Amino acid sequence: MTLKTDAIGKSWPAHEYEVGREKIREYAQVTGYESPVHFDRDAARGAGYRDVVAPPMFCVVYSAGAMGPVLFDPEVGMDFAAMVHGAQEFEGGEPVCSGDVITTTPSCVDIQERAGKGFYVFRTESVNQDGAPVVTGTWTNIVRGVGS
Amino acid sequence: MSETAGRPIAPLRVTPDKYVPYRYAGASGDFNPIHVDGEFARAVGLPGAILHGLYVMSLVARAATAEAGGDPRALKRLSVQFRGMSFPEQEIEVTGEAVADPDGRSETIALEATQGETRVIRRGSALIERS
Repeated sequence: MTLKTDAIGKSWPAHEYEVGREKIREYAQVTGYESPVHFDRDAARGAGYRDVVAPPMFCVVYSAGAMGPVLFDPEVGMDFAAMVHGAQEFEGGEPVCSGDVITTTPSCVDIQERAGKGFYVFRTESVNQDGAPVVTGTWTNIVRGVGS
Repeated sequence: MSETAGRPIAPLRVTPDKYVPYRYAGASGDFNPIHVDGEFARAVGLPGAILHGLYVMSLVARAATAEAGGDPRALKRLSVQFRGMSFPEQEIEVTGEAVADPDGRSETIALEATQGETRVIRRGSALIERS
């Protein structure tokens, strides 16, 4: 079986996510952030933010809705039973604060076979309501048992 | 860890309680049953419900951010490779070595996360810039 690579270069519809203060607090709490800039509006403003600011990895929360349709797209055709999340990269721009509206556009950067495994690389570009880039994500999923 | 020996950063040690996968699922929206349903996890060959990889990555991010005095703006880039599985109620340790970049304003930190003998995250790399 040859690895299907038709989806390389494909992009999917943008996904919009409105960031709420309680969601930031919930995320910051479970991941162990204690700085008041993640919980308290006055503290965040005092530190120069518009409002309560999200920890850097909160990007997975607003990007997830964009990645869902990508992972389930039959044109990508990943076998979930044999898939693992192999690697992840985030590169940040503007901080994300409560009240921001983040728009994330996913695309497929690469699909290739190495040593019988399929490496699927996707990119998400997230911008805020002012069009300023907030995060670029690179998501690598590895699927075992592909190829000839 | 890294090819170039750097200055060790303060290690971060966290023992996630047994409910962390549920709370992280709620916070992140990732309700994959391998994280929240031990019975399902065992049925697909895992020893039990496992922690979310992106949760462990958030601990790596926190260790890197702490190096910059906790300022979330300081973390400009973070990349990791996911390797081993990790579980609630066992300690996770994030360690790293920082190397100053030639520009003098930023540094690159090589990071990994381990649980017991398992390397959960390896080849972590964080770029931090102090304002």
